[in-house]
Amino acid sequence: MRSSVIVFPGSNCDRDIAVALEKMQFKNQMVWHKESKLPKTDLIVVPGGFSYGDYLRSGAIAGKSLIIDEVIKAAAAGCLVLGICNGFQILTETGLLKGTLLRNKNLKFINKDVNLIVSNNKTKFTSKYELNQILKINIAHNEGNYFTNPQHLEKLKKENLIAFKYCDEKGDINKDSNPNGAMENIAGIFNDKKNILGMMPHPERMIDKTISNSDGVNLFSSLIS
Amino acid sequence: MKITDKIIKNHGLNLEEYKRIQKLLKRNPNLLELGIFSAMWNEHCSYKSSRVHLKKLPTKSKHVIQGPGENAGVIDIGDNDAIIFKIESHNHPSYIEPYQGAATGVGGILRDVFTMGARPIALLNSIHFGSPEHPKTKSLLNGVVAGIGGYGNCIGIPTVAGETKFNETYNENILVNAMAVGHVNKNKIFYSQAKGLNKSVVYVGSKTGRDGIHGASMASAEFDENSEEKKPTVQVGDPFTEKLLLEACLELMKDDSIISIQDMGAAGLTSSSVEMASKGSLGIELELDKVPCREENMTPYEMMLSESQERMLIILEDNKENQARKIFEKWDLDFVIIGKTNNTKNLTLKFNGEIKGEIPIDALASEAPVYDRKWIKKKLQKNKFDLKKFKKIKLEDALIKILSSPNHSNKSWITDQYDQMVMCDTAKRSGADAAIIRIHNKDKAIAVSVDSSANYCKSHPITGGKQIVCENWRNIISVGAKPIAITNCLNFGNPENKEVMGEFAECIDGIKEACEFLNYPIVSGNVSFYNGTNKKNIYPTPVIGGVGLIKKLTKPLDHSFKQEKSEIILIGKTFGHLGQSCFLKENYSLAEGSPPDINLTNEKNNGEIVLKLINENLVYSVHDVSNGGLIISLCEMSMVNRIGVKIEKPKKLRNLFEYFFGEDQGRYVLEIDSKQIRKVEKILKLNNIYYEKIGHTQKKYFEIDGELKVDINELFKINNNWYNSY
Repeated sequence: MRSSVIVFPGSNCDRDIAVALEKMQFKNQMVWHKESKLPKTDLIVVPGGFSYGDYLRSGAIAGKSLIIDEVIKAAAAGCLVLGICNGFQILTETGLLKGTLLRNKNLKFINKDVNLIVSNNKTKFTSKYELNQILKINIAHNEGNYFTNPQHLEKLKKENLIAFKYCDEKGDINKDSNPNGAMENIAGIFNDKKNILGMMPHPERMIDKTISNSDGVNLFSSLIS
Repeated sequence: MKITDKIIKNHGLNLEEYKRIQKLLKRNPNLLELGIFSAMWNEHCSYKSSRVHLKKLPTKSKHVIQGPGENAGVIDIGDNDAIIFKIESHNHPSYIEPYQGAATGVGGILRDVFTMGARPIALLNSIHFGSPEHPKTKSLLNGVVAGIGGYGNCIGIPTVAGETKFNETYNENILVNAMAVGHVNKNKIFYSQAKGLNKSVVYVGSKTGRDGIHGASMASAEFDENSEEKKPTVQVGDPFTEKLLLEACLELMKDDSIISIQDMGAAGLTSSSVEMASKGSLGIELELDKVPCREENMTPYEMMLSESQERMLIILEDNKENQARKIFEKWDLDFVIIGKTNNTKNLTLKFNGEIKGEIPIDALASEAPVYDRKWIKKKLQKNKFDLKKFKKIKLEDALIKILSSPNHSNKSWITDQYDQMVMCDTAKRSGADAAIIRIHNKDKAIAVSVDSSANYCKSHPITGGKQIVCENWRNIISVGAKPIAITNCLNFGNPENKEVMGEFAECIDGIKEACEFLNYPIVSGNVSFYNGTNKKNIYPTPVIGGVGLIKKLTKPLDHSFKQEKSEIILIGKTFGHLGQSCFLKENYSLAEGSPPDINLTNEKNNGEIVLKLINENLVYSVHDVSNGGLIISLCEMSMVNRIGVKIEKPKKLRNLFEYFFGEDQGRYVLEIDSKQIRKVEKILKLNNIYYEKIGHTQKKYFEIDGELKVDINELFKINNNWYNSY
């Protein structure tokens, strides 16, 4: 399986995701934002970081870059797209995913391992997880507070477009287990066709037990199978 | 413009120094030249008061590739891998403008590391604030933490360890020390020494603005009530541009275009060009019209003294310009040839075709003044207090008082604001005795820690100096790493005060003695004097940043209890030393007596044996005993996984408070599987190591037999509550 990681000035999780993809046997390429063409690819990853220094608004400038038009075209043609952290923010800026990511409710950057519950395992991104499986995955963001309008929220729930929710160790989804104030504890969502996933937590940080745990591995093995 | 006494004073120079300038130039300097002298001769850049003492420090070992004198120190960790690291202060700017002061402190130290060719892999910090009750403390604390996080998170380098302390001595002068650690191939290290004639001098990075003019001179003077007016001397950081500069520099460094490279840190374009030329015994001519400027009508004076951030000066090999330019253009950064090297040994500054200033390089560098300032020795205080006369307290209350205090409460509310995981090689994050960073794509790892003990240093500088080196060594050992080398940041008051100078000289003596004994050399560092306001000097606060090596990282070790029914062993003797302890400070508001004595032989033996036990896979967890004594160490080990512990009452003891809160040095607590205990005891006995079996782990309760029994969850709550109610 071929993957492409889009690199913007200020991306800083590009190497981390490339390491994870290669470890999981993807044939990966890095694609610089000034390129006007995407290589042939089965998966596009928009990595985390601070593209353009988060100036203007996180993800806003990257959302208008040259390569993004190609990403939008590829997504429309059914290519899988994964946006992590700043990548999720960029995908909402392009309109590929609806809603937006507001400042964390405590107005501070948050980096910690949080519990997530798998809300839909019938997708190409999550098929190797159990439904309602609890994962421990690292988050690191200033703006992870997912917000959308009531109609879209209803649709997310009805059409099973929520990928992950923040929860506690027992799987309870409540205010105390919500690190950033996100609506309904949403940590990641799909588009209508479920070929695009945007998520705030970093699965690429959880692929190695020496460093953390291996709860992120199944996201990549779902994609490659 | 006539140079008046007032102008000289405003440049931080005294009249003697001005006379020296006249003598060296054989004429009067103009204002531009005076500004350049002031930038090079101030304390921050010239080390004029510290030099004679710094010379005493040990800087060599079989691991050291580069000691002090370069942008950062370099150590060899085998297989062509080298680690480059340094710590630096940004105290004065952070007090005036906490967010930008702290942020640019991080940015500056990162450049020191990647200018030598290393990819930064970890950031650490040591931050000291005034009393939490002081009206300024809260905003300074929040600003500094946000600034450190803001810079490190954005550039994408994990902030993995640090210390945050409060003491009224820093009320008017906080300390912000940042340390950066990088990894490089040992054959691809870049230095600042210029070589060759008529080589291009290239300016890369951000444009030059009017920010930070005279920043280094500001950092070389005490504060007074008008310090707020110094805000314009604080630089403004842009971590996004630094990220671009980092990637562009590392890309250019892949081939052999660079002869030498130097970041523009304190005193900006002045110190970078002078240092490069001075090390190469060359001259350098700059055409200042070519300097990329952010603001209009900037004068040569402003360009030379600006401390705008995210800039580098490079001396390139012939015919490499186009190739290099392409890389910087790709990253949207300025790339301008602003001068040439020559054999004049002068710094020549041209503007609009005219020479605006010309100074012999030697006058600025090797001829800078050096002072052997007067200093006095400090006597060891006797412990005069008598525990029996103090108000009676319960063991439990004393423990809770310490756990809930600002200095000892859990700091995860700070470290949660730092990205500790980016780069995916952080195997142990903040909270452990030392952080563990794996070398990318390899099995080996380094351990890093920063430490200070200002109250010990204040009470008895020699002992304090020794103690911080030992504590750092213990922290590195406690995660299973072999200590290799250190960097130091020496934060002191006014060196013209002979007591302060005595504290400095004696701390150095202590550091030297411990470093030599432990073979733990100093490879880089920074001195920050004039920390004080209106003649009130801060406590002497040397900060030690250490690096250790783990040859093969399989299971990263930390201090958390792993299971119930393990045996607990205390290595090292407990005498019950309460002088300068946090028991006295938190319970009786006393800072009395002498610091605990340092026995370097025991320190070395105990450390080496702990490392041996770790390497032989005989321990589940290790924690050194430091501030707060044995009881606090045990609590910290319990709280992580909420595994309790039951400690027997000491058999031959005088006083429980002395036993549990005493801060005797050279001690470690070890958790050992009961099946391994005989093997461990055999090794300890064979090596003549003093140890005590003090108890075992258990479910849920933190217990001292017959004296105290508390639910771990309660202690955890108490330990985590301080900031919520602040």
